[in-house]
Amino acid sequence: MLIPHPLLGLRDAQEFTYLGDAALLNRPDGMAEGAEAAFAEYVYLRDNPAGLHRELWFHEQGDRSWLVVTRDTTTHQILGAELARDVKLKGGAA
Amino acid sequence: MHFSGLRVIREALTGHKGWKPLWRNPEPQPAYDYIIVGGGGHGLATAYYLAKAFGRARIAVLEKSWLGSGNVGRNTTIIRSNYLLPGNEPFYEFSMKLWEGLEQEFNFNAMVSQRGILNLCHTDAQRDAYRRRGNAMLLAGADAELLDREGVRAMAPFLNFDNARFPIKGGLLQRRAGTARHDGVAWGYARGADMQGVDLIQNCEVTGLRIKAGRVCGVETTRGPIAAGKVGVAVAGASSRVMAMAGMRLPIESHVLQAFVTEGLKPTIPGVITFGAGHFYVSQSDKGGLVFGGDIDGYNSYAQRGNLPVIEDVTEGGMALMPMIGRARLLRVWGGAIDMSMDGSPIIDRTPVEGLYLNAGWCYGGFKATPASGYAFAHLLATGRPHETAAAYRLDRFARGHVIDEKGVGAQPNLH
Ligand SMILES: Cc1cc2nc3c(=O)[nH]c(=O)nc-3n(C[C@H](O)[C@H](O)[C@H](O)COP(=O)(O)OP(=O)(O)OC[C@H]3O[C@@H](n4cnc5c(N)ncnc54)[C@H](O)[C@@H]3O)c2cc1C
Repeated sequence: MLIPHPLLGLRDAQEFTYLGDAALLNRPDGMAEGAEAAFAEYVYLRDNPAGLHRELWFHEQGDRSWLVVTRDTTTHQILGAELARDVKLKGGAA
Repeated sequence: MHFSGLRVIREALTGHKGWKPLWRNPEPQPAYDYIIVGGGGHGLATAYYLAKAFGRARIAVLEKSWLGSGNVGRNTTIIRSNYLLPGNEPFYEFSMKLWEGLEQEFNFNAMVSQRGILNLCHTDAQRDAYRRRGNAMLLAGADAELLDREGVRAMAPFLNFDNARFPIKGGLLQRRAGTARHDGVAWGYARGADMQGVDLIQNCEVTGLRIKAGRVCGVETTRGPIAAGKVGVAVAGASSRVMAMAGMRLPIESHVLQAFVTEGLKPTIPGVITFGAGHFYVSQSDKGGLVFGGDIDGYNSYAQRGNLPVIEDVTEGGMALMPMIGRARLLRVWGGAIDMSMDGSPIIDRTPVEGLYLNAGWCYGGFKATPASGYAFAHLLATGRPHETAAAYRLDRFARGHVIDEKGVGAQPNLH
């Protein structure tokens, strides 16, 4: 798989490590009411869709940036990649 | 139709005209007491024990494709009970005991072969960990032996004992472990269930769960709606998709695991051998092919096929451990969609929906669990209580902090 890095162009997926669903960018507020349940969900539960999946890849053997890659889990086709930083600043990965 | 040596001889003498299909191909009835979703090893074993051990009737198994088309027909057939943690080891040892009597039990040749599994260690720390694991196995009634370097050499002289980076220091041996014919297991349970009156319905995909007032009352399928008293879901890699029909999110990611087989060779590898310094394991099939595998690809996937980096990684492991493998030609590589759970251990439990039960999270290791998983799931469906060996496999253990994390890597499915 080749990941279209927004700064570096097409890079081999082997240069990256995989974390999982980009919803992990939306960390719950630890001080809010019901934080314990919210964290249990955040840490353990996943949508795990068959089809388009927005997911976090870390360019460990590259520029060490985090990307949000959009990929089809039924075909492995990669439809795009953004810097996770930009996604987060735009308000998360909803 | 009972199988026996005599029967084989009689058929051989009469032109093999007496063999019949192993199961019926019934039309779905409008309603059942029990519906099992998924005709893989676990679903078929569940239906079998539900009928045979627990005396239940009006049972159907709904399979979206043909029986055994999923992971039960794709795995590398290793059966073993060499786990460490108390939530796991008694369960897998229960499974091992069921394997030992399985072929007599369901009168079918599943080619269960207790040729042993040898887990190699390459550091002192790893040997200590194996000693501890072996003791845990003995405590649960399983068998375990710690071999030193010479013990390993006597068993497997072809291993690379000159590897300076990863010297072979010894190994943990479970002699009762081994392999079984994966398809034969599915067919044996299917035939046994059919003989008990279970309807095995193929090409019947469950597309919805009917839930009224918090209680399941049936399923929607590509062959029409079917009513049910209780529904047990055992769909391995598709668990999240099916449970989403009940509005549930699971502690599971679906990943792809690949496996490999070479051309047939003369007998070379005595049992199952695992490399302890990289992820590579190998056994030899009765046809002579070296069957081997390694890590999962590591990203969410439903594609049932993987990519080249893992193929490279696995074969590198093979070359490091037994350089002779480089001379064998690879025949096939394939993949299966597996249900990686957040702690690497399975789930056999009821759900917040009354009458809806879940059997999932088997990761890359559910084949060996097939008999015990079927038995424990049938026990839960029939009695409403977990089987004593499966009591730790609760769905809410994650939120409660009672995870069963053999590897100790946390909620990161691709590391288990
Ligand atoms: C390459 C590979 C190697 C492996 N090696 C080993 C090993 O050596 N030892 C070991 O112990 N384990 C191994 N495993 C794991 C083991 O194969 C699985 O954990 C186990 O087979 C899963 O249970 P099952 O047999 O019921 O799954 P499956 O055979 O996958 O059964 C699930 C069934 O559900 C059906 N289904 C899905 N969705 C629906 C729906 N909506 N409606 C109706 N039916 C549906 C599928 O078609 C499928 O037939 C391996 C797995 C793979 C992929």
